[in-house]
Amino acid sequence: MLALTDITIHYEGRTILDNASLSVAPGEIVSLVGPSGSGKTTLLRVIAGLEQPSQGTVVIDNKLMTGVPTHKRDVGLVFQDNQLFPHLCVFDNIAYSLRIKRVSKALQIDKVNEMLSLIGMEELARRDVGQLSGGEAKRIAVARALVADPFILLLDEPLTGLDAELHDRLLDDMGALLRARGTTVVHVTHDHNEATRLSDRVVDVRTLGQSGVQLQ
Amino acid sequence: MIMNQLAQSPYRRSARWLWIAPTVFLVLILVIPTAEIVLRGATLEGFKTVLNNSTIRQALWFTTWQALASTALTLIVALPATFVLSRFAFTGNRALQALITVPFLLPTVVVGAAFLAVLPSPLHYTAIALIIAHAYFNLTVVVRIVGARWEQLHPGIEQAASTLGASPITVFRTVTLPHLRGALATASGVIALFAFTSYGIVRTLGGPARATIETEIYTRSVLIGDMSGALALSVLQMIVLTALLWWWAKRHRDKSESAQISVAQRSPSTRGQVALVYGIALATAAVVIAPLSALLWRSLTQSTTVNTRFTLAGWRAVTSSTTLSAIGTSTLFAFCAMVIATVLGLMVALGVAYGSTKFVWLERISVLPLTVSAVTIGLGILITYDTAPYDFRSAWIITPLAHSLIALPLVVRIVLPVVRQIPRGLQSVASTLGATPLQTWLTVDRPLISRAIGASAALAFAVSIGEFGATSFLTRRGSETLPVTISRLLTRPGDTLRMQAYALCVIIVVISMIAIFLIDMFRPNRKVK
Repeated sequence: MLALTDITIHYEGRTILDNASLSVAPGEIVSLVGPSGSGKTTLLRVIAGLEQPSQGTVVIDNKLMTGVPTHKRDVGLVFQDNQLFPHLCVFDNIAYSLRIKRVSKALQIDKVNEMLSLIGMEELARRDVGQLSGGEAKRIAVARALVADPFILLLDEPLTGLDAELHDRLLDDMGALLRARGTTVVHVTHDHNEATRLSDRVVDVRTLGQSGVQLQ
Repeated sequence: MIMNQLAQSPYRRSARWLWIAPTVFLVLILVIPTAEIVLRGATLEGFKTVLNNSTIRQALWFTTWQALASTALTLIVALPATFVLSRFAFTGNRALQALITVPFLLPTVVVGAAFLAVLPSPLHYTAIALIIAHAYFNLTVVVRIVGARWEQLHPGIEQAASTLGASPITVFRTVTLPHLRGALATASGVIALFAFTSYGIVRTLGGPARATIETEIYTRSVLIGDMSGALALSVLQMIVLTALLWWWAKRHRDKSESAQISVAQRSPSTRGQVALVYGIALATAAVVIAPLSALLWRSLTQSTTVNTRFTLAGWRAVTSSTTLSAIGTSTLFAFCAMVIATVLGLMVALGVAYGSTKFVWLERISVLPLTVSAVTIGLGILITYDTAPYDFRSAWIITPLAHSLIALPLVVRIVLPVVRQIPRGLQSVASTLGATPLQTWLTVDRPLISRAIGASAALAFAVSIGEFGATSFLTRRGSETLPVTISRLLTRPGDTLRMQAYALCVIIVVISMIAIFLIDMFRPNRKVK
C-alpha cells in the first residue's frame, strides 16, 4: 500500500501542501482533484521522490521512503506531456526500464511486444516518437511506465490536451488496462468527470489535511 | 511554473565539483598571465614611452583608421548580398550563405595569403590589400546580423511606402534603413572590433610598413626585445577592447529587441529581379571563391616576366621534413586542444546547467577569453611562465593549452544551450523507470548532446589548426605549426617557397572545410520535445 503522512511543502514562503495525508490500498485507483496550484502534481512528485517535502513521510509497500532516491522507489510516472525520449524509437522508449535493469534481449522483446499488442500499436515499434499523434504518444508513455511493472503508477493529468473523442476512448482503454493488471494508481486531474470514470475513489487535494475527504 | 522552479536536476550533487577544473585552467592560462601583463605594463613610464614613440603613435592611428575603413568596405560589399539572401528565395540561397561563412572560419594567415595570391603585386603590403582582406573575412558578420533583421521587415511596409509615392531610393532611406539601423550598428561594431584586433591578416598582408597595435606588440616583444613597450601597448589594447565590449554589452542590455517572426522570403518575380538576384549572388560567390582558387592556382604555377608555367615544385616541397613536421605538429596540437577545450567546455556547460544557480559565474568567466586578444594571451603566457620553477615556455603542451583557451568559450556557447534545452521531465521519467543519475545521464542527456559535442570538437580543432596570434609568441623551432610555417615561408624570397606556402594554405583550407562540414553535420538540429 501507499501511505502519505503529514506531508508539508513550502516554497518561497508559500505553503503548497499542509499536513496532507493519504493512503491507497493495493490495486486501488485513486484520483486527486483540485484547481491549478493546489499541489496535486507536487504530491505526485513527492511520492516519486522528485521533490522532498519540508516534513512528513511517504511509505510505499511498508517501506519508509525518506532519503530513498527516485530510481529505487519502484514507481512509474506518466507526465502530462508524456516526456518520451526523443532520441529513441517507440520500441526503445518502452524497453528503457528493462535495459536499465539489464533484462535479457529476448525478454525485452517479449515484454515490449506484449505491451505494444496490449495498446494496439504493434506496427509502430520502430517509429520515431516525433512522428506519433497525441493519442499514440500517450499510449506509449503509459506502456513505458507499465512495462517496468511498478508497485505504484502515478498519472499526472495524463489526458489533458486531447480532443474529446480521443480523451474518452483513451480513458476507457487505460481504465480497462490498469484494472486488468491490478495496478495501484494515483491519478491527478482537474477534470471531475475523468476522475469519476477512471478511479475507485476521488479525493480533493485541498481536503488531504483533513484526513482525505472522499468525494465519491 | 512552480513545478519547474521546484524541480532539481538529478545531477546537482555530482555537478558541484565540475567548476574546479575549468576554473583552475582559466586562472592559470588566462587570469594570471593577463594580470602579469597589467602589473608589469600599466606603469606611467611605459605609457609615456608608448605615447612619445612616433612608430607606436603611427600604429595606433593606422589601427584605428584601417578598422573604420574595413568596416565601411565590408558594409558596401556585403549589403547587396545581404539584401538578396534575406529577401529572396532562390536556388542556391542556402549554399551561398554557407559559402559566405567560409572566409570567417578560415585561418587569418590563409586569408592574408589568399589575397597575396589573388591581388596584383603592386597592391601587396598596402593598406588597401589589408582593408579588402578584412572585408572578405567579415562578410558573414553583416549577412548574419543585418540579414536576420532584414528578414523581419514585411514587404508590405515597403510596398505601402511605394503606394504613397516614395521612389525605391526613398523607400530604402525612409523605411528600410531605419528598420536596419540597430543591426547595422551592431554589425559595424563587431567588424570594427575584429579589424582593430586583426593580427594574422596584418602580419601576412601588411608587411613591415603596415603595423597595427597587435603586430607592434609582437615586433616589440619578440623581434626587438622592447618588452616594456609591448606590455604597455597590451594594456592599452585591453583598455580599448574593454571599452568596446562594455559599449557592446550596454547596447544589448538597453536595446534588447523582442523576437519577431521572420517574414517568408519571396521568389524573384520580374525579369529584372531575377537578373538582380542572380547577378548579386553570382558576383558574391565569385568574390568568395576567387582568392581561394588563386591559392590553388599559385601553388601550381610559376610566373616569370615571359610566361606562366605549371610546376609541382611547391607541392613537392610540402613533403620536406620541416613541412611534414609542421603538419604533424599542427595536427597534434589541434587534437590536444580539441580534447582539452571540449572536456572543459562540457564541464562548464554541465556545471552551469545542472548545478545550483550560483554557477552562473562559471558561465561568465568562461567567456573571458573572448574579451582578450589572442596576441595578449600569447604574450601573457610568454612572460608568466618563463622563469623557474614555472619555466614552461619550452613545454610543447603550452601552445595547445592556449588554443584550448581560445576555443573554450565557443564550445560552451554551442553545448550549453543544448544542455539547457533538455526537459527536466526526461530525467525525472528515467529516474522513475529505475535509472540511477549516471545511467540517466548516459542514456538520456548524453545522446541528446552528443551532436553538439561533435560540432564543438570540430570547431575547436579548426580554431587550433588556424590559430596564429598566440602561437606566434609560443612557437619554438622544431615545433612550428602550419600557420607559423606559412607566415615564415611568405616572408622569404623565392618562388618555390611561396608556392610551398600556397600549397600549405590549400591543405589548411581543405582541413578547415572538412571541419566546417563536420560542424554542420553535427549541428544540433533535433528539437527536444
